[in-house]
Amino acid sequence: MLNPLDGGKIAIGALRVNVLRSLLTMLGIMIGVGAVIVMVAIGAGARDMIGVQIRSIGSNLILVIPGATVTGGARLGSGSVHTLKSTDAEAIAKECPAVKLTAPIWGDVNQVVYGNRNWRTRITGTTEDNFLIREWPIRRGRMFTPEEQKRAAKVAVLGLTVVENLFGDTDPLGKMIRMKSVPFTVVGVLDRKGQSPRGDDQDDAVFVPLKTSQYRLFGTPFPDEIQAIMVQAKDVSLIPDAQKQIDELLTRRHKIGRHQEKDFTVRNLTEILETAQKSLNIMTTLLGAIAAISLLVGGIGIMNIMLVSVTERTREIGIRMAVGARSGDILSQFLIEGVVLSITGGLIGTALGILAAFAFARTSGWPALIDPGTVLIAILFSAAVGVFFGFYPAFKASRLHPIEALRHE
Amino acid sequence: MPLIEMQGLTKIYRAGAIDVPALEQIDLSIESGEFLSIMGPSGSGKSTLMNILGCLDVPTAGTYYLAGDDVSQLDRDQRAEVRNKKIGFVFQGFNLLPRINAVKNVELPLIYGGVKTVPRREAAMAALSLVGLSDRGDHLPSQLSGGQQQRVAIARALVNDPEIILADEPTGNLDTRTSNEIMMVFRRLNRDRSITFVLVTHDPEVGDVTDRRILIRDGRIEGDERRTGDEY
Ligand SMILES: Nc1ncnc2c1ncn2[C@@H]1O[C@H](COP(=O)(O)OP(=O)(O)O)[C@@H](O)[C@H]1O
Ligand SMILES: [Mg+2]
Repeated sequence: MLNPLDGGKIAIGALRVNVLRSLLTMLGIMIGVGAVIVMVAIGAGARDMIGVQIRSIGSNLILVIPGATVTGGARLGSGSVHTLKSTDAEAIAKECPAVKLTAPIWGDVNQVVYGNRNWRTRITGTTEDNFLIREWPIRRGRMFTPEEQKRAAKVAVLGLTVVENLFGDTDPLGKMIRMKSVPFTVVGVLDRKGQSPRGDDQDDAVFVPLKTSQYRLFGTPFPDEIQAIMVQAKDVSLIPDAQKQIDELLTRRHKIGRHQEKDFTVRNLTEILETAQKSLNIMTTLLGAIAAISLLVGGIGIMNIMLVSVTERTREIGIRMAVGARSGDILSQFLIEGVVLSITGGLIGTALGILAAFAFARTSGWPALIDPGTVLIAILFSAAVGVFFGFYPAFKASRLHPIEALRHE
Repeated sequence: MPLIEMQGLTKIYRAGAIDVPALEQIDLSIESGEFLSIMGPSGSGKSTLMNILGCLDVPTAGTYYLAGDDVSQLDRDQRAEVRNKKIGFVFQGFNLLPRINAVKNVELPLIYGGVKTVPRREAAMAALSLVGLSDRGDHLPSQLSGGQQQRVAIARALVNDPEIILADEPTGNLDTRTSNEIMMVFRRLNRDRSITFVLVTHDPEVGDVTDRRILIRDGRIEGDERRTGDEY
């Protein structure tokens, strides 16, 4: 019986006879496996990034903003409508069964001063639920309390970027900062949050109680006016229900008639990212199809060349049979040849794929994740292609009649 | 017990609708250590007989015992096993693998016999030295003369220590002088290592060297001449 080591040596010897032809035969497998590697690497990287973004803005998030809905978003800007109040936020939380939490928002960009340092950042007035919705824990100190909300206390919670820029190595807790000349006590520092989907630094932020923002810092043109309500649905599946309930509730509260334009817009943020994820999935499927076709074409290429090779080497097969090679020995010799071809193609394809993925990541800024499991599967798969498409030629070779094979020119 | 015992051996080729009888009712007995030739005109059935003797093909009818075993009913793989263990072949066209060197060609039967790398190489080198080519092991067939190539083929035939070596027109591609050299090698191996030789030839000079001549014509044995010791 032919042992696999000898089989491998025979196969490599045969493939080295015509290196160029062997390489061309591998081309399809190389492209196929390379495409799989790139596809999985970029797909995984992008999915990872989208996942991080979805989590960073908060899960099951709905945003309610003032102004009527127009195609592609909401009408904002000059003369914006003063229609949302913090009582709307409370009502949504209380009366919409599909809603878990709400947080009103009123803020602006302004200078924050500590000692002789100052930093321009976004100051947001909101409630504690904002941080629950965004799954954004306090790293040090504490959140402001409902009692502080009620009396519009001059307390602030800082994002890490602000801490780094204002305080350096100093401990910010208990320190006094000034915003619009109003002194605030720093009571808490938030955990690091990273980039938002739009690419801005979410840690570059200061949070104060809603009322403090409304009445001590920025003032409101209309009593209790707010800029937005963040809403968290109880579950992803309940997002559409929540949207409908909010819509109905606000329509009722704002006394909007049947044919009147609504003065608010309910937007589903997760949806936007999920759309991105869906188009990513389509892209990966497309790349996957290209990979599958290349692998198929590559496999057929291997089969074709191996059929040629079997014909060319008929006499060799006859000689091997005459000296005692069994059908199985000839079968495994040619199968090994097919597998060596396809695995070599697979390895080269993997290497090229990894290079391409990194090149893509570097130029596009999208991350590429190379998963060793995927690489292993790609190589095993190319081996399987070799076995599958090598089988017919190998079987043909193994069934040759020794005498006829010996007589072959 | 004779090494080879054939009785009523018949081979009929089916070429389309017509049956071509290549061998008819062959009775043949060969003792171990014999040195014999099979002669006859072209198309008489010599190669057919050799192929069956060598377990490359099966008879249509009749029995064939090799070293006491009935080998006429074996399947493909069993025949491969018999060829690997008991039979060596020498062909007219040498039939060496062109891309591997002499010693690797000689090793070939041992690869399929499952012999490990080191003893395999040793046995191949020993066989090459028996045919006087120990210094040509790393030559490719194309780097050797016809006579040398045939000697490599002989080394390959004897490397697995067979009961019998079958040679179909072994000198057909060689000039007279080289033919004589090859016949000398056969003769010596037969005498020194008591390997049984069956040579197919239509060259009377080759036939003259052997101890026994079987003449076949139209698929039948027509003559079976033994030479006595004093004639030699
Ligand atoms: N594979 C085959 N199919 C059909 N007929 C064959 C085949 N091989 C040999 N024959 C016929 O059998 C006869 C004997 O052939 P062969 O044994 O090759 O003769 P030799 O070797 O004596 O020249 C010839 O008539 C030949 O045409
Ligand atoms: Mg012949």
